Amino acid sequence: MLLISCPWCGPREESEFSYGGEAHIVRPKDPDALSDLEWADYLFMRNNPSGRYLERWLHAAGCRRWFNAERDTVSYKIKSVYKISDPAPRGDE
Amino acid sequence: MKKYSLYGLIRNSFNHQENWPRVWRSLQPKVEYDVIIVGAGGHGLATAYYLAKEHGVTNVAVLEKGYVGGGSVGRNTTIVRSNYLWDETSYLYEMSMKLWEGLSQELNFNLMFSQRGVLNLFHNEQEKRDTARRVNSNRLNGIDAELLNTEQVKKLVPILNTSPDARYPVLGASLQRRGGTARHDAVAWGFARAADARGVDIIQNCEVTGIRIEGGQVTGVDTTRGIIKARKVAVAVAADTSTLASMAGLRLPIDTHPLQALVSEPIKPVMHTVVMSNAVHAYVSQTDKGELIIGAGIDHYNGFGMRGSYSIIEGTMEAVVDVFPIFSRLRLLRHWAGSVDICPDASPIISKTHVKGLYFNCGWGTGGFKATPGSGWVYAYTIARDQPHPLNEPFSIERFTTGYLIDEHGAAAVAH
Repeated sequence: MLLISCPWCGPREESEFSYGGEAHIVRPKDPDALSDLEWADYLFMRNNPSGRYLERWLHAAGCRRWFNAERDTVSYKIKSVYKISDPAPRGDE
Repeated sequence: MKKYSLYGLIRNSFNHQENWPRVWRSLQPKVEYDVIIVGAGGHGLATAYYLAKEHGVTNVAVLEKGYVGGGSVGRNTTIVRSNYLWDETSYLYEMSMKLWEGLSQELNFNLMFSQRGVLNLFHNEQEKRDTARRVNSNRLNGIDAELLNTEQVKKLVPILNTSPDARYPVLGASLQRRGGTARHDAVAWGFARAADARGVDIIQNCEVTGIRIEGGQVTGVDTTRGIIKARKVAVAVAADTSTLASMAGLRLPIDTHPLQALVSEPIKPVMHTVVMSNAVHAYVSQTDKGELIIGAGIDHYNGFGMRGSYSIIEGTMEAVVDVFPIFSRLRLLRHWAGSVDICPDASPIISKTHVKGLYFNCGWGTGGFKATPGSGWVYAYTIARDQPHPLNEPFSIERFTTGYLIDEHGAAAVAH
């Protein structure tokens, strides 16, 4: 089980959280102006990398607040957690 | 290919069974092929086999970064069924089921295909209505399906806890009698052997590191064993699909998740069907060796690490022990995870792409094993003719643009 540090509550067990998938996907300001292809890209297409991944978590059974995490999808190690409003952390490469 | 037979078994017994030839050749890759298939799992090998058999395309290489059958085809819970809700999906899986039914003879390889029946339990009134709807839908599509009440289920599987006081009361089940199990490793080996016999090159320890595209047309792949040229490249790599897609500048609607399973110590035969339950995220069957194979639901986070979280199997085992109290003191011998590639609508993608000569077969999620022969058959058709077969036309990448999704989440008789 993952041990996840909520930015507000500190380290808690994974079972307290629910998962929100890829982070930093910005909803288009004017969806009507998009082509079907662009809308599909926003709605469905994902990077799904094997390795460094920026993702969203919700502390569902805790403070009920969303936050982002930087995690490795192979080792599952969480490198950092940060608030939704914070910019994406820079990668090592 | 040396044909396997009882006569051969007896003849080789005089040599202590030591004179069997290699099951497939060990090869160096050629400079160029007509078709390169990336991934020697069940789907990739089946595709190679049907390319050679149905379309006469034999100048084919199957490239595998590890070894044959080392991925999801060797990590699943071996269940075969075709009782899907929607027309598009049920046609595809039923076509696969029909191929399964003659496959051991066709491949001359014992796949231990056992049509022992698949039960899908329901535990509340809403699930009962959903199941009845699915059973009706299956029957309209010519797929065998029956709706059983509690007593009929109890008669088939006496060890089920059918007490009305149970945490998960068994109100009944759907039954597909033609469903069952097949030996997963044998499926990979059988297809590999049959494809090899028809001239397909299976190249292990050969990882694809890049896809070469010139003017919108595929020209080959970079691998850890050098450049290999081909005008058609067909990807069938399940969990690593997005990685391969990014090599061609594509983005796909896929997330990769861990999916866990467990095997118990062997016991005497107690269950002669497959029992699945959508609500409790569990499916159980007993192997010929007597072990129980127990499958869990997916871990919700993205993961390629071939392991999942304890909380998932804890939840599954709690439910399994409630439904089968007799299992409560069994010891579990092995536990593992595979990585599954899941689409937003829980249906696969078997499709051409906007790059000419580049094809993707992916997104099978938790249910790819049962589709192995059918998937290979339609994928081979798509590659050979550069156009989809009517069976896989609805499963193109374009459905995420047109909105014609095939939503099998929850509809497909199993937890995704």
